[in-house]
Amino acid sequence: MTGAEGSRGMDAYSVPEAPYRPGDKPSFDAWDFAPEDLSRPDPKTCTAKETVEHAEGLIRVLNDDGIASGEWNPNLSSDELLLGLEHMCRLRIFDERMMKMQRTGKLSFYMRSYGEEAVAISQTMALKYHDWVFPTYRQPGCQFVRNRDMVSMINHCIGNVEDNVKGRQMPVHYTWKEGYFISVSSPVGTQFSQAVGVAMASAYKGDDQVTITWIGDGASAEGDYHYAINFASVFKPPIILCVVNNQWAISTHRNLASGGENFASRAIPYDIPSFRVDGNDFLALYSVTKWARQRASAGMGATHIEVLTYRSGAHSSSDDPSRYRPSDEQDFWPGGDPIDRLKQHLINIGQWSEEQHLELEQKLDSEVTAAYKEAVTHGDLANGPWPPASTIFTEVYEEIPWHIQEQREQLGK
Amino acid sequence: MTEMNMIQSLNSALANMLEKDENVVIFGEDVGYFGGVFRVTDGLQEKYGKQRVFDAPLAEGGIAAIAFGMGLNGLRPVMEIQFADYIFPAYDQIVNEMAKLRHRSGGEFSTPVTIRTPAGGGIKGGHHHSQSPESQFTHTPGIKVVYCSNPYNAKGLLISAIESNDPVVFFEPKRCYRGPFYGDPHNVPTWKGHEYSDVPDEHYSIPLGEANLTMEGSDCTVISWGAMVHVAEEGIKESGVSCDLIDLQTLVPWDRDLVVNSVKKTGRCVIVHEAPKTSGFGAEMSASVQERCFYHLESPIERVTGWDTPFPHSTEWDYLPSPTRISEAIKRTMED
Repeated sequence: MTGAEGSRGMDAYSVPEAPYRPGDKPSFDAWDFAPEDLSRPDPKTCTAKETVEHAEGLIRVLNDDGIASGEWNPNLSSDELLLGLEHMCRLRIFDERMMKMQRTGKLSFYMRSYGEEAVAISQTMALKYHDWVFPTYRQPGCQFVRNRDMVSMINHCIGNVEDNVKGRQMPVHYTWKEGYFISVSSPVGTQFSQAVGVAMASAYKGDDQVTITWIGDGASAEGDYHYAINFASVFKPPIILCVVNNQWAISTHRNLASGGENFASRAIPYDIPSFRVDGNDFLALYSVTKWARQRASAGMGATHIEVLTYRSGAHSSSDDPSRYRPSDEQDFWPGGDPIDRLKQHLINIGQWSEEQHLELEQKLDSEVTAAYKEAVTHGDLANGPWPPASTIFTEVYEEIPWHIQEQREQLGK
Repeated sequence: MTEMNMIQSLNSALANMLEKDENVVIFGEDVGYFGGVFRVTDGLQEKYGKQRVFDAPLAEGGIAAIAFGMGLNGLRPVMEIQFADYIFPAYDQIVNEMAKLRHRSGGEFSTPVTIRTPAGGGIKGGHHHSQSPESQFTHTPGIKVVYCSNPYNAKGLLISAIESNDPVVFFEPKRCYRGPFYGDPHNVPTWKGHEYSDVPDEHYSIPLGEANLTMEGSDCTVISWGAMVHVAEEGIKESGVSCDLIDLQTLVPWDRDLVVNSVKKTGRCVIVHEAPKTSGFGAEMSASVQERCFYHLESPIERVTGWDTPFPHSTEWDYLPSPTRISEAIKRTMED
């Protein structure tokens, strides 16, 4: 006998197993959710109970063939759709270049948004520029939507002398106050409850500023997730709380983050309207986020959104997912790939072609390469120049206290 | 000037700040309608409204998190942790988040949170209403740590803490809320008539980082903070030795010049705190005094502290430093 056996002749307790391991052939159940399934309630009057079906179902606008329909269709102009596609491609190509730089020692570490590009791009596009975004390390794409200078982003990732956070944080831990993009922190989940405070401050000041925040399925097991849901339920600030259920937290499958399969429904008992949305469907994600913004802006408080997606890449440059999941698992994901789906939709409506897509990718590749080349003129992690060593001692406090000043003098830099 | 106890002076500080700065908001468990279990926020919600003074859910980690977010977005939050023993669910938010935000964001963001929390023993609070966890915070760069000891410095320091643009953990010795504590549980006076109970009604501040020389002498320097300042005063009297008594007031950053000059003058040093000895802030003080004053020291530095055990219930007077233990330590420093 291995392990404990309870008196009932069963395992003493349940230890969930991932559905597929290396060598298995994945076969996810096909989604029988159609774009016409779910109505779009009035965001200004909707109650949590009215969203039970939305939380248990799946909001989609694009079907498997890239045709848009249903009440949730945001009816975006082709310019907006093309911009969304461009930003998603920009993010993917940027990530690929950074990953290559990581492999050559120019970065210590990297994290891609691969397969989840729609999350940051679509949701940020659905907001106003001055809305606060409080991201995890998987939403750097927000910055592209708000036109952050790519060179500045790379300067941060390679920790050179121009890094705006002065070489203090690991790559991908961006800060960009000008774009209302709040500093990324490594401890997973902390931002989720902090964001509720950010939104409460906006409400206190009377600003028409909505806060959006994200958390992974894995980190939704942290107390911070539950604090956030409860405080948002009690104080009703203008906030959009998104759980990005990408199935994996490093090697931890989402079935260890919750005994149930559904993450969206968890906020309904807290009296917060909750939706599960196809996270690889740019249009559905845009539409649900817009709904949540309208609700928040009308003073009706929080919306909780499960963004159902799949982490197509490794957790980070330090991770090798072939050790714990089938290496082709992403190919079986019922939601497909967000870029392929929006691209197919644009082709369907006569606004795009394979040739144009190839041209776009080439243009973006040149853009990223040019930005990278400019960034490395300011130094990189392997070769410097780095921020001066004095930045170790500054901005710990508003003013340097005597004991830190003494230590700085000991270092002599 | 009004004669105030420490509860009243803290309340006065909060009222002054609510009046002065509309970005000040106050929240925590039981602080709103009820006015706090120790009455420190009494009447503030009624006067300043529920938007500015409100009750929070029983979730210290959540309270700290929303304080972080509010501070980042332009407010000046003053959050209460009802007992310092209950600060640990918020530890991640304080240590990994508040303390590092300014630095990690290259100075783009900061959060000026003040965390008020009653600490220390002497109220028969057992393990979990008696601890004094200041050293759990002095070891974290990025936060300031303050420990008041009387009505006058409580108000001046709290105002400085709220006005500070850095996060501050502000410890209030709950044993001293209603009177100074001289180590005798059978004789606990009120603040009435005490020199530090005369408190201005208006706004004033005591700079963070400045200690207070509360007794002046020639032969030994006694360094303490919180409730133990008063016990140390009694211990000094019992010893008959002429001592400087330094009420540190701010632990990070501490007052280097006052401490170093005093020890160089007296040549002897006793450090008194009620938290456990091992890795207590007394260890930091002892090491720092040794580094800076070694050639002036006439005898080994003494520490009088709580024991390295959980805080007891029935036997707390044998746990806390007593005037006699302090007196004996002072006398030991005087031996040849």
